[in-house]
Amino acid sequence: MELSGMLFYLVSFLIMGGIYSVICLALNMQWGFGGLFNAGIAGFYAVGAYSAAIITSANSANHVGGFDLPIVVGLIVAGILSGIVGWAIARICVRLKADYLAMASIGIAEIIRLAVINEEWLTNGSLGVSRIPRPLEDFFTGRESELVFFIFVWIIVAITFWVAHRLYKSPWGRVMRAIRDNEAAAESVGKDVQSFRIQSFVIGAIFMGVAGALSAHYFKFFSPDATEPLLITFLAWVMLIAGGSGNNKGAVAGALIIWAIWSMTEIITQQLPPDWATRSSYIRMLLIGLFLQFVLQRFRAGLFPEKAPKLNVKSHG
Amino acid sequence: MMDFINFYLIPGITLGSIYALGAVGVSMIFGILRFAHFAHGDLMTVGAYFALSAVWLLGIPALAAIPIAMALTCLVALFADRAFYKPLRQLPTIYTVIASFGVALIFRSVIQLLWGTESQVYSVGFQKPIVLFDSLRIATRHIQIIAATAVITVALNWFLHHTQMGKTMRAVSDDPALASVAGLDPEKTIRWTWIIGAGLAAIAGVFVGLDTDVHTMMGWNLLLPMFAAALLGGIGKPLGAIAGGLIIGIAEEICTYPILGESLISPSYKSAVAFVIMLLILIFRPRGLFKGRLL
Repeated sequence: MELSGMLFYLVSFLIMGGIYSVICLALNMQWGFGGLFNAGIAGFYAVGAYSAAIITSANSANHVGGFDLPIVVGLIVAGILSGIVGWAIARICVRLKADYLAMASIGIAEIIRLAVINEEWLTNGSLGVSRIPRPLEDFFTGRESELVFFIFVWIIVAITFWVAHRLYKSPWGRVMRAIRDNEAAAESVGKDVQSFRIQSFVIGAIFMGVAGALSAHYFKFFSPDATEPLLITFLAWVMLIAGGSGNNKGAVAGALIIWAIWSMTEIITQQLPPDWATRSSYIRMLLIGLFLQFVLQRFRAGLFPEKAPKLNVKSHG
Repeated sequence: MMDFINFYLIPGITLGSIYALGAVGVSMIFGILRFAHFAHGDLMTVGAYFALSAVWLLGIPALAAIPIAMALTCLVALFADRAFYKPLRQLPTIYTVIASFGVALIFRSVIQLLWGTESQVYSVGFQKPIVLFDSLRIATRHIQIIAATAVITVALNWFLHHTQMGKTMRAVSDDPALASVAGLDPEKTIRWTWIIGAGLAAIAGVFVGLDTDVHTMMGWNLLLPMFAAALLGGIGKPLGAIAGGLIIGIAEEICTYPILGESLISPSYKSAVAFVIMLLILIFRPRGLFKGRLL
């Protein structure tokens, strides 16, 4: 491969890596900060992707809209709608043990998938929404537009990281960690455990929606196939735990490293004879499943273990 | 009226029986090991595929293959517990939930590797339904599934109330601290929980294959209604889970029955019924219908 080819492979790798980084940072807000298990990431991602797709694409006879609005509007609406879904599910489940939230969130992802496939007036069913714009498309085409999109994605990653970082260091983040590590103690000093948990779930859901929107713009086409739970929910979990849950740098590092491994195994398996190439995707799934078990048992703190910021307590006499 | 019974109620009870058998395991594992077992659906798939191999290799009917499938599925579950869940036992149970999410993926990808992804059936050919009282038509497979579930329910009830291990399990599920103080062996209880949960999951998997077909996503697709059934019946209440499974199966089928020419919901949203029931239970009666545990 010539040099520029390599470079553009790297760009497309970093675009997907960036989108996964946003998902991972969002999951870190829910799980890393608050200990909330979300097994339905794909659902929030789909809500965001479809909102953005319908709002920004040109008018189409196949589905509602498109409204041809600016991409920023699409991103905001994607975040808001996804946040509302997160709020509804969190309100019901956060007062219970984390397992209930896991069950309910996997349910909501399933219902969203059903709705996306069946409500053809809204989403064009399994055929998907096409002609989704990319930012500044009128000025840049082909590889240049990839480069522009790469910058766009990483601006969003930077914003997400900044939000996550500020939240983590804030008093709010401290309360979240207190609740995560000892709910009874946090409650006994008068913290409203439920509403803090709902907040952290909603903020995470908003950014998952934004990540979905980014991927819709990147692929310019979005169909139910792209919300495959294995590729979204599961991979994001592996990324966060391997990177270091609770640590925002770890979330981004985990996303990039696991995405690199995932992409590289694809390159390798493409070299295999065709009979094995079809099976290789199952081998990859198997390996990622085993890898998760390894990380959980031997490597739980992840690559970048959580380091809580120092408390700035002044001693009094 | 007969249409309602033949095409909605009987299939509903059949589907409910399958959910019930799966939900027993979910409920017991949640009650005794304290975590939501996300790999339970795929454990059903494992059972269905073991039976498929037995049918292929030995040329026996699917029903006769059930004991083989149960035994092998139990071994798989015990192995998964030893390798993936036991090392995490001392941690907060949410780590085990995450691990089970991964185990589900491991089960499914191994099945896809070994058996391929095409849908399979246990036997080809059309079975003529049995006609009773002139108008009641029941498919043979539905009779088999419903009757077997009834027998299993009676046997499970006897096991839980009249054997030492059954009583121990109920005790651990009700109050683990007290049970451990009383000297009940937790690891042995856990082993039996897996044996019963996996055995029933294997039966449920074979029944799904009898009722429709065997494919690699079959169990994962049933996970949500099984969770809903276990919650509806109350966590740690196996008999409650059976009732919950039946209610959800019947509800799913009846919701698509055209009352006044219009069905309540479109058949494509059938699986949303379980989810709605689950949310209602979590909001209004988180301990389920039969006063299960609230963890």
